Amino acid sequence: MKIAITSTGRDLSAEVDPRFGRAAYILVVDTDTLDFDVIDNAENKNSFKGAGIQAGAAVSDKGATVLLTGFCGPNAFKTLDAAQIKVVNDVSGTVLSAVNRFKQGEYEFSAAPNTEGHW
Amino acid sequence: MIISIASGKGGTGKTTVAANLAASLDQPVTVLDCDVEEPNLHLFLHPEILTRENVIAPVPRIDLEKCTLCKRCMEICRFNAIAVAGKTVVTFPELCHSCGGCTAICPENAVTEVERILGTVETGSVGLPDMTFAQGLLDVGQVMVPPVIRKVKTHRADPGAITLIDAPPGTSCPVIAAMKDTDFVLLVTEPTPFGLNDLKLAVETVRLLGIPHGLVINRAGMGDNGVHTYAKEENLPILMEIPFDRKIATAYSKGELIISSQPAYKEKFQTLFQDICHLADQQRCAQ
Repeated sequence: MKIAITSTGRDLSAEVDPRFGRAAYILVVDTDTLDFDVIDNAENKNSFKGAGIQAGAAVSDKGATVLLTGFCGPNAFKTLDAAQIKVVNDVSGTVLSAVNRFKQGEYEFSAAPNTEGHW
Repeated sequence: MIISIASGKGGTGKTTVAANLAASLDQPVTVLDCDVEEPNLHLFLHPEILTRENVIAPVPRIDLEKCTLCKRCMEICRFNAIAVAGKTVVTFPELCHSCGGCTAICPENAVTEVERILGTVETGSVGLPDMTFAQGLLDVGQVMVPPVIRKVKTHRADPGAITLIDAPPGTSCPVIAAMKDTDFVLLVTEPTPFGLNDLKLAVETVRLLGIPHGLVINRAGMGDNGVHTYAKEENLPILMEIPFDRKIATAYSKGELIISSQPAYKEKFQTLFQDICHLADQQRCAQ
């Protein structure tokens, strides 16, 4: 399966970026092979509003069915929920360790956004 | 003649000036409270509200049976108010600026417009002869302020008569919406570093819009000389100074006009109005 992880860098050794919509990168990792695609989120990072919405749509386009991140706001959550992508919040450490912990079933899916929207 | 009363910084006395100026005029005047996030002019003019109407904005609704998930609506939206998410489309009405782009671009006619209520506009009469009143009120949870302000402004008087607009503070879209297409901007400030900082931003904004303008310094006597120095450097006419006076503060706290407790001020506000008319003509001719 493919899972998306917000990342401060372009490879699996990078730290998880705590932000979702304004993350530097989003890595979409195949949990079996550890092959991954990099979503460069630079344009979205500086968007005025709706960064989480755009990021949610981008993650959906890449075929991910799970997102691991630090904080996910209400509009991002609504978009991900519509795309049937499950969200794990409060994730930290490296991207690789997050993938491994996910594979070992250590995470629980979030039922709601864990941060306020930005105005 | 439309005069907007703005400030940059909040709480400098826009509403005090608007209310007293309106009540001092010996001719018909329409007063519009465009500070729709927190209208308070009514506290001083005590209008009887006679009409009330909703401010409505169109927002998209997607017919998923017609939609082919082509994303053109998502791509045209500058405000990220539509997202194609997996096999569905999500809309965010609170982010929508009602431009109609998504409806126009959809090749399948899958986007229709539905109504969203942003707030209300009320009109009424004030117990003073020849004064009409209107105010906007943004609904709680809404952020789209300019459409509400534009709706309030539709209640302006005919071009020959006088309209006073109590603008919101700041220098962003709501203030621009309030000041736009007015003949004069009266900037109310206070002689403090905070007042000066935000006054500079307000002056830059007004200059960008090319509207004749002048200053009222409220609570004169407190703070420092920074505002006076700035006004001199920038050739900004100081049209009136209202002293930092306990009697004025007391009247304000009771929702009373300055001119009610200190009738001498009526003449000062009349002079202010004449100076505004004069400056508006002069500055317009100079442009």
